Amino acid sequence: MARKKLSYSYQLSLEKRLTDFFIMLAGLWTFSAQFFKYVFVPPYEIYEIRKHMNELGIKTFPIVSVTGFIIGLVVAMQTQPVLARFGAESNLPGAVGISIVRELGPVITALIFAGRVSSGIGAELGSMRVTEQIDAMEVGAINPFKFLVVTRIFACTFILPVLTIYVIFISLFGAYVAVLLVQNMTFEFYLGSVLKSVEFGDAIPGILKTFVFGFIVGVVGSYKGYTTTNGTEGVGKASTTAVVVSSLLILIFDMILVKITLWLWPTV
Amino acid sequence: MLRIENLSKRFDSKIVLDSVSLEANDGENLVIFGRSGTGKSVLLKCIVRLLEPDNGKIFIQDIDVLSLKIKELNELRKQIGFLFQSAALYDSMSVRHNLEFPLVRNFNFTPEEREEKIISVLEKVSLLDAIDKMPSELSGGMRKRVGLARAIITEPKLMLYDEPTTGLDPITSKEISMLILELQRSLKMTSVVVTHDLLCAEIIADRAIMLNEGKIIFEGSLEEMTTSNDEFLIKFFKHEILNKSETSNA
Repeated sequence: MARKKLSYSYQLSLEKRLTDFFIMLAGLWTFSAQFFKYVFVPPYEIYEIRKHMNELGIKTFPIVSVTGFIIGLVVAMQTQPVLARFGAESNLPGAVGISIVRELGPVITALIFAGRVSSGIGAELGSMRVTEQIDAMEVGAINPFKFLVVTRIFACTFILPVLTIYVIFISLFGAYVAVLLVQNMTFEFYLGSVLKSVEFGDAIPGILKTFVFGFIVGVVGSYKGYTTTNGTEGVGKASTTAVVVSSLLILIFDMILVKITLWLWPTV
Repeated sequence: MLRIENLSKRFDSKIVLDSVSLEANDGENLVIFGRSGTGKSVLLKCIVRLLEPDNGKIFIQDIDVLSLKIKELNELRKQIGFLFQSAALYDSMSVRHNLEFPLVRNFNFTPEEREEKIISVLEKVSLLDAIDKMPSELSGGMRKRVGLARAIITEPKLMLYDEPTTGLDPITSKEISMLILELQRSLKMTSVVVTHDLLCAEIIADRAIMLNEGKIIFEGSLEEMTTSNDEFLIKFFKHEILNKSETSNA
């Protein structure tokens, strides 16, 4: 009897989770559509966008600097013995450069950005929702979606590519430090080897996909915060799920975008 | 000024408002009483369409609020002030920017005119000293005053108060009530005040309504309401009067 009850409640909770999941997908879709509806309508809230770019992007520089440097260093340290096994140690700068520019740089930056920014947006908008600040805006004849959501999504979409380019350079520098530990190589020679190996087809898709990742972080964080219910408990939940969902979506979209890239540039 | 006809609202299976009809005349202070969870705040939120009612009609200055498109609704909202229970000040903005925000967004005032208005409303609520403070630096009573200043800075014709004295000590509560009355008289606004604070109602009410389980069970003057023989009203006000006398003794 107890087992029957447990299985029934498990079924109910599974059903609820699935329903919640599809509601969330529909909500994210609506949020994205609304973003495109309002982003081109004045006023353009330039001051707010600049403020968010500073808050969400510039303040992320320290953490991505450290992470980027370590990632570059570790990737080079891990790759070096493998290449040495095949007598291809001279290809180290090129191999590390390609993996950082094509995949590691964009994805790692996006995941760190999601962890820091998506949860921040979720918590900030969530607390505004539960303390009726969003309602106050609406009653004051101000469109809260345009003022709070559109500006944040826009800032995330355009600041992440900048961060990614920065992280790529920092990671390449980290990799150079690792190379220095085993080989005596000048920085000019190292950079020359990297640039000789990394082609246009490696760099551009890697950077372009970060616009999509930035958009995902902005939309998910805003959606989770804007639709928060259940008081402070809801704010915590919004903040946590924003990170989980945006990280997951970044990885899923990365897979799709890599496939599209390979289809568009088959020689890459 | 405000007319509500047969307004109903339910959340899932729970009926929160059940065919509520009421009127607030020009320049009148209408107080709505009721136990917690009887739909008082829901009623206020329906008036400004923060919540969409299931049935009924709402007229503000003979405009059918529920038939308005979003642009028209926003034009109407510019003439309505709303003081939220928590004051709902924007955390990230100073007091000055909280007050400036609706002026910059919705009106074409020059910076000098805006500054003049900000100073004038802050003087009205006796908080000029707090002009550059952040909401987190203000006490509960100060937050309510700033919330009130923000609501009246656009000189609304209709003012809605959601439990303006909840969570405040009796002295601050009385000060806020006096302030509401003073502002209503000087700005000649129509006010709808949701509260269970009898002291507040005694100061500001021209007329009172009792809401219970989503229905209006009494409408009249505050005196008629507090001296009524209705069992529910006796029970409700006995508790409130006890609270009030405890407060005065303290």
